Amino acid sequence: MKFKTFAAFVAPSVLMMLIFIAVPLLLVFGESFYRTSPLMEVVEFESCTPGFGTQTCKTDTKIAPALDASRRMILQTEFVGFENYADVVEPQKFWTDVKALDWAQLMDIDFWRALRFTLTFTFITLPLVLGLGLALALAVNNLTRSLRGPVIFITLLPFIITPVIGALSIRWLFVGEGILTRAMEAWSGTDIAMFAQSWTIELLMMFYRVWSSAPFAFVIFYAGLQGVNQDAVEAAMIDGASRWQRLRFVVIPYLMPLIVFVALIHLMDAYRVFDEVVGLRTQGHVISLQYLTYDFLMPDDAGNRSVSRAAASSMLTMIGIVILLVPMLRRTWADQKGRA
Amino acid sequence: MYLRKLALAGVFALMGSTAMAACTFENAVPLKSLSAAFEAWKSATTAMAECGNLAAELDQEFDKKQPEAFAANPSLYQIGGVSNGSITPLMNAGTIRSLDDLVAKYGAGLAPNQLIKVDGKIMAIAMMVNTQHWMYRKDILDNLGIAVPTTYDEVLAASEKIKAAGVVDYPLGATMGVGWNLGEEVNNMFMGFGGEAVNADGTPNVNNEMGLKTLNMLKSLTAYMDPEYLTADSTYVQQQFQQGKIAMANLWASRAGAMDDAAESKVVGMVEGAAAPAAMAGGAPATTLWWDGFVIAKNISDEEADAAFRVALEGIDTEMVTAHNEDAVWLISGYTPGRLAAGAFATAALNPPPYPSTAAMGVMHMAMDGEVGAFLKGERSAEDTLVAIEAAYVKGAKDAGILK
Repeated sequence: MKFKTFAAFVAPSVLMMLIFIAVPLLLVFGESFYRTSPLMEVVEFESCTPGFGTQTCKTDTKIAPALDASRRMILQTEFVGFENYADVVEPQKFWTDVKALDWAQLMDIDFWRALRFTLTFTFITLPLVLGLGLALALAVNNLTRSLRGPVIFITLLPFIITPVIGALSIRWLFVGEGILTRAMEAWSGTDIAMFAQSWTIELLMMFYRVWSSAPFAFVIFYAGLQGVNQDAVEAAMIDGASRWQRLRFVVIPYLMPLIVFVALIHLMDAYRVFDEVVGLRTQGHVISLQYLTYDFLMPDDAGNRSVSRAAASSMLTMIGIVILLVPMLRRTWADQKGRA
Repeated sequence: MYLRKLALAGVFALMGSTAMAACTFENAVPLKSLSAAFEAWKSATTAMAECGNLAAELDQEFDKKQPEAFAANPSLYQIGGVSNGSITPLMNAGTIRSLDDLVAKYGAGLAPNQLIKVDGKIMAIAMMVNTQHWMYRKDILDNLGIAVPTTYDEVLAASEKIKAAGVVDYPLGATMGVGWNLGEEVNNMFMGFGGEAVNADGTPNVNNEMGLKTLNMLKSLTAYMDPEYLTADSTYVQQQFQQGKIAMANLWASRAGAMDDAAESKVVGMVEGAAAPAAMAGGAPATTLWWDGFVIAKNISDEEADAAFRVALEGIDTEMVTAHNEDAVWLISGYTPGRLAAGAFATAALNPPPYPSTAAMGVMHMAMDGEVGAFLKGERSAEDTLVAIEAAYVKGAKDAGILK
């Protein structure tokens, strides 16, 4: 393809990516070194509340935002260097806790607690999604043709459900005297409360994620299986390779680029785990890095929000995802170069 | 497509016909409102819509949208439903208008205590009050010979008896879900012990004797609750009551009506209300007073404001209240307090403080909410938790410009 034609095709999406990804990223990066806050002043004010029958009025002083001539809040921005990052990561407490090997104290810092869960979640679900996806693909591939259609359809159902709805359903099935908790209680004969401690909640979150993303791995692997070189499989059979050996030495090497691709997508997806925290309402027990950023960003009753700390925590989340993806990307890069 | 048009036509026809019946005037100005989505707001906005040309949006996350929507010019909504908490960001940003002239023109039917004044100017019209108060299963307390508790020490004693009798799954319910509710419970108890969480200069003030008492009391109470209390919101506790799983709870007055809703409740007629218990003997009830009402946006034309005010008033008139008497503790004339409103009135008679709705309290509320869970789960000592609340508050207060 001529470079000009190539450029013409690519230009619109490059432009979109610049406007919607690169520019906001740079702005957030910049914001993370500043603190923007409204200018506050102490005001005396009288406020009245209804009460029952009679009104109670009270004169008091409070700290409220100062307004300019057109009655808008006056925002101040000051350069604070790495203070926002330090507020999120708490490096001093981090080092004392690490030196003292005090895990409980370390988990007291929201950021490290969120990071711990996010990583656990990502690395436990990854092999399960890959394994389950591959197992499903192999099983369907060995079915008679007439059964494949319906089985594929049923297998794909979890993938179709909107993530938040799926997460909410899990909550309703298990919270309090939810129908599945009841079933487990009847089966085990003990009183079970799935939302009373962190580990059971984490288990539910991982179960949900594997259930909802395994179909994606399945579809990709199933498509890959259709292209496996049958000559190589037959040659292996003639050489006396068992079923397992054929899978291990012929099919999996053939599927490897797809496995790397699915792993890459899953790492990115799982690292930004958020739906599960909101849907299952786990913030009392378990939070993730994305949730932490969201929490900083949400206004409280009085409309205060911590945009600067949110910027710092989202930059940290992004750095984390880059670190996770580097080995995978290097591998794909090497593959591409090898092929060229 | 055809079906949708037909349905829309039906809706308009309905609106047209009821407009004649229920509204004193025909509204010609297109209006929009944004409010919370609980039962009382459904009744009020439905009554407002009877005047025509009103698109009412009800959303439990309304307070997240409202500040930005009202700051737009022109404002995206003319009418806003607020509480004494969610009015604060609108007041701070100056995006709602003073209602003095409109009240003078149309507000003859309003009671004086419906007029919410800030610095002498009427900024909102209240329609109902809300407070967390003590709700209990009268049948259980009577059978076990337990008097209605008036302090939290009595609550603990009563809970112990109910637990020993084994008549319900859990003696207590509580809205202790992390996200907002837990912060509210912590602040209720802290104020009940006489604490004031933020000093006048914006510095935190929870690391003290009252803070310790608050945390220890909350922890003692959790022993009698469903172990999933850190995810429990008002709806969850309401359903626990309705399904007969709990015997007592400090719950919102706006939830009381649901106890006698035969379609949902298995305990119709068995739940009674009383004043919220005091944290210490002789103290005020460990709860706060709230109100809900409407505001009118500043960034709209005077004609729109005029129409919006009239429509909103139609929504909170006597006719609506008589039709929906049990939905709330209304401040509107024509309201007759039902059996389940008695608890809210008993609470108010003991003068609990109004919720201290300030920028600093907004930050403190979420600091309490975020840090106390770790203590209740036993992962952190009470002393460390109080230090952590103050540290979290200071960080948030710096971002909010309250502290330097």
